[in-house]
Amino acid sequence: MSFYSPVRTNAQEVAASDRLHLFKYVEDPEQHTVATYEAHGGYVAWKKALTTMQPEEVALEVKTAGLRGRGGAGFPTGMKWGFIPKGSPKPKYLVCNADESEPGTCKDRVIMERDPHAMIEGMAIGAFAIGCHLMFVYIRGEFGEPIRSVRRAVKEAYERGHLGKNIYGSGYDLDMIVHTGGGAYICGEETALLNSLEGKRGQSRIRPPFPAIEGLYASPTIVNNVETLATVPHIINRGAEWYKSLGKEKSPGSKIFSLSGHVKQPGNYELELGHSLKDFIYNPKYGGGILGDKALKGVIPGGSSTPFLTPDMIEVGLDYESLTEVGSMLGSGAVIVFNEDTCIVWALLKLIHFYRHESCGKCTPCREGTGWLEQLIRAIEQGRGRPGDVEKIESVCGNILGRTICPLGDAAVMPIQSSIRLWRDEWQYHIDHGKCMVKTHFEFK
Amino acid sequence: MMLSEASITLMKEMTARYPEKRSGILPALTIAYEEVGHVNPDIYREIAAAIDVPMVEVAEAATFYTMFPKEPVGTYLIQVCHNISCALMGADSLVEYLEEKLGIKKGDTTPDNLFTLISVECLGSCSTAPMMQINQDFYENLTRAKVDQILEDLREKAKAQA
Repeated sequence: MSFYSPVRTNAQEVAASDRLHLFKYVEDPEQHTVATYEAHGGYVAWKKALTTMQPEEVALEVKTAGLRGRGGAGFPTGMKWGFIPKGSPKPKYLVCNADESEPGTCKDRVIMERDPHAMIEGMAIGAFAIGCHLMFVYIRGEFGEPIRSVRRAVKEAYERGHLGKNIYGSGYDLDMIVHTGGGAYICGEETALLNSLEGKRGQSRIRPPFPAIEGLYASPTIVNNVETLATVPHIINRGAEWYKSLGKEKSPGSKIFSLSGHVKQPGNYELELGHSLKDFIYNPKYGGGILGDKALKGVIPGGSSTPFLTPDMIEVGLDYESLTEVGSMLGSGAVIVFNEDTCIVWALLKLIHFYRHESCGKCTPCREGTGWLEQLIRAIEQGRGRPGDVEKIESVCGNILGRTICPLGDAAVMPIQSSIRLWRDEWQYHIDHGKCMVKTHFEFK
Repeated sequence: MMLSEASITLMKEMTARYPEKRSGILPALTIAYEEVGHVNPDIYREIAAAIDVPMVEVAEAATFYTMFPKEPVGTYLIQVCHNISCALMGADSLVEYLEEKLGIKKGDTTPDNLFTLISVECLGSCSTAPMMQINQDFYENLTRAKVDQILEDLREKAKAQA
């Protein structure tokens, strides 16, 4: 039996390690079934939490472990759960954000396809911690196989009594709905996701109120990423102190990194936080070096919204603080590698086209600004750039950054600003000469 | 009526699970698209009647999301990811190759109504680039030989079903 997606993982390394844990069974073709998941110790944490712990203890354990959101923002998960108002008569909701669509990011998909019960178990524990009895997973609609896989897993979880009424005889009821999206990147932003789940257009909401106070159906709601939730059972099983011993002090634990672009071995790899970016790209266990043994031009370390790094900056650790220190971000952990043949203007045109297309249209700076940016960058890319265009781009960027309700505007701007900072001469050359400094033409095999 | 009784029943069942009816709109649009292959105002009206929400709310949602084509498309909707990770691995040349193989331009449908070719935003298959989605399935790590085989298989499948 083969996997639906042929993506490469480091499951073997993870299985041999007593520190890495998320990817331990992702190369087992039966791991998606409840029987195999249980045989591998699955649902033990859920049972432990539900039958031996108080909800506050569960939240405290996750808070103490220092787990931070793996969707991109890196917000402490246990702290987020603590924002649910005590004694509110309204129902509480837990929503798992499986709208994975940040370019470069393809990690949650692997969990859902190959180890869906890990997500479901983490969701159940999170739901219990906040007093939720109806939880949702919002999966992007294009994800045919992850949707099929999660639906099968939910059905099995009900059949085995991990979900439903009076779970493990505790008197606790928990239901789960699998909701599929309609194809909109913005719905990965939590307030847009909640609007979408309510059947509305996926447009961001002004905060406050934050979702923990007024989220889904104006009730207290927690939105967590797939990988974040899939990590929770491990923390409950092995304890906060164990989890804190992994990774770095302020960035504890491990994380799945999606590696794409010009590397010999693209794939999804679980690493402890703080792992060297350079090692990740060049180590034969992971990226194995640059495709065709070309020179490295640049790296986007955390998904397409994060600022570029140049080859002299890649000795950095893959963790929240280290990447912030060098002017970028960990984001979703999607490392995109560019070789020397990549024209930076061409690359930015690909990126800005995406953000222009995905802008929800609610805030003027983002709606209009991303359109202007695409026009300007397209003109330069096609050899129609005019003197002063780089400055104009910088000005438009400055008028978007920090002036929108949600981070999509910032996400569109940050890679552009960093690319101008790092390769200004190349932008200028494109305008002055009407062509690339390097020839970009990537043929598929 | 464009929607079958089975689809209407499914929409009602899905909607009943949510605390609020409006949440049934996206599931209903998905069911309608899977049955009809596209959506339009007649379908919005049928959905609105089926799950008891105002038609305008269905139209509002349908026109926001890209996954519900508003015009008929070919039996196989080929969507090539053209975002950065795929572009670095030759997505532009993949689109050109498909244009040449199918004898159409991006955005068009073949005269036999079998294939529609479009390029789309990131599909979350970045570490197995380049890739394309055809109807509900992903095809990853594409090469020219693989594309040839996929198209041939789909033509055979369509012939067998005809």
